[in-house]
Amino acid sequence: MLKIQNLNVYYDAIHALTDINIEVKEGEIVTLIGANGAGKTSTLRAISGLVPAKSGTITFEDKKLNGYPAYKIPYLGISHVPEGRRIFSNLTVMENLQMGAYCRKDDAGIKKDFEMVYARFPRLKERMKQRGGTLSGGEQQMLAMGRALMARPKILLLDEPSMGLAPIIVQEIFHIIKEINGSGTTILLVEQNANMALSIANRAYVIETGNIVLEGKASDLLQDDSVKQAYLGG
Amino acid sequence: MSLIEFLQQLINGVSLGSVYALIALGYTMVYGIIGLINFAHCDIYMVGAYIGFFVATYARLPFIPALLIAMLGSALLGVVIERVAYKPLRRTTNINLLITAIGVSLLLENGFNAMFGGNPRTYPGDILKQQTVMFGPIRSDALHLIILGISLLLLVLLNLFVNHTKMGRAMRATSLDKDAAALMGINVNTTISMTFAIGSALAGAAGMLVAILYSSLDPYMGMMPGIKSFVAAVLGGIGLIPGAFVGGIILGVVETFMAAINSKIAGAVAFVILIVILIIKPTGLLGKAVKEKV
Repeated sequence: MLKIQNLNVYYDAIHALTDINIEVKEGEIVTLIGANGAGKTSTLRAISGLVPAKSGTITFEDKKLNGYPAYKIPYLGISHVPEGRRIFSNLTVMENLQMGAYCRKDDAGIKKDFEMVYARFPRLKERMKQRGGTLSGGEQQMLAMGRALMARPKILLLDEPSMGLAPIIVQEIFHIIKEINGSGTTILLVEQNANMALSIANRAYVIETGNIVLEGKASDLLQDDSVKQAYLGG
Repeated sequence: MSLIEFLQQLINGVSLGSVYALIALGYTMVYGIIGLINFAHCDIYMVGAYIGFFVATYARLPFIPALLIAMLGSALLGVVIERVAYKPLRRTTNINLLITAIGVSLLLENGFNAMFGGNPRTYPGDILKQQTVMFGPIRSDALHLIILGISLLLLVLLNLFVNHTKMGRAMRATSLDKDAAALMGINVNTTISMTFAIGSALAGAAGMLVAILYSSLDPYMGMMPGIKSFVAAVLGGIGLIPGAFVGGIILGVVETFMAAINSKIAGAVAFVILIVILIIKPTGLLGKAVKEKV
């Protein structure tokens, strides 16, 4: 479904991603794990067109995404929940969700998806009229995910959904990610919390200083000694 | 000052304030979306007055069509300025943008001076009739009321647009976070152009209204109202649309009453307000210090 081949990304002179190859098949949860600054976020930003690829290709359903401006990407069925959630703090919860559906015109479907999102995140329904900035961190993460789901994406790109959240909230968020995948949305999950990510993913890639150093089934990587030592706390 | 005088002055003050609000909106919307104090904004106000003047004088168009053309022309000018002068600099430091804005301002002022001369001109006398309106004992000038009415109408329309349409929401989202807005499918460049178009159209309308009210227009007419409206925007809270409205009305009323007491100090009021607000509450009356939650 999504295929990244030999992707190179530079920030001026800094070589952020080197010959990255990643494939996500329809229906999967694929996770990209690695330390801070390894290139996880850059990979997602390259897919979404927020940073340009120097070389290599990104294809989604046989369409080449290189050169697409960022604002055209959601129309193809790719929704990106960015690092740090980036909700619209001055807009209400409802307006944030409406923004998520910006790329759609089917009013009836949008209405249905409002119900779907509110059912999945009941707390957002309670806080419908509140400004996004007044929500707690966990609620903001839910809002960011709800907003992305409002685009009815084929694939959801999640950037560090666990960042800054209490363990119990992280559990909840990951449970919801699994549910979203269960209802047919493919997921590419970027995480520092390797343990959680590997526990719900089908396959995984490990990225270190801009290079993919390991890939395989998530369950295998959970048992892998080098992964254990580097990312799972021994 | 008697009560009747007070009410008369209040009407004049609110009317002047609504003009400030129209101009202040452009400052605040542009600041909100690209973080620039657009120094050329007050010259778009001037150009609006000129466009209205030309179509009213030479094409003999009546008031409403002339106003609409002035707004359209100003909107176009605002968009062109953004595309040509500001957009190429968007990824550089803000000081570059600021200097460019001052350059555009000087270009417009002196360009118009060179093309049309510096002598003040006047709108045809019949574009709006000077008339006195009586509300019981309160005397008011029809022009002030028309200006007030048109300004309020434009402000209400803007408010509806920004708060209750998809494009308006996109505009607010873009001003909060451009990358996140792009991820929603919003074309950020189009949204910025639209913001310039709307702000400039409002300024152009204000320019034409004021030029009719004072029956005078010249290439430098934008300078003082421009600075005062900027103060109004800061007073209300720069970047906040309701703030521009509140700031404009307050400034207009205060200035009108000061003028009634002592016309020499009225001109200084705006600057005193600016200094006081920057010391006491730099975020403006409606502004809140932004706190980020993690």
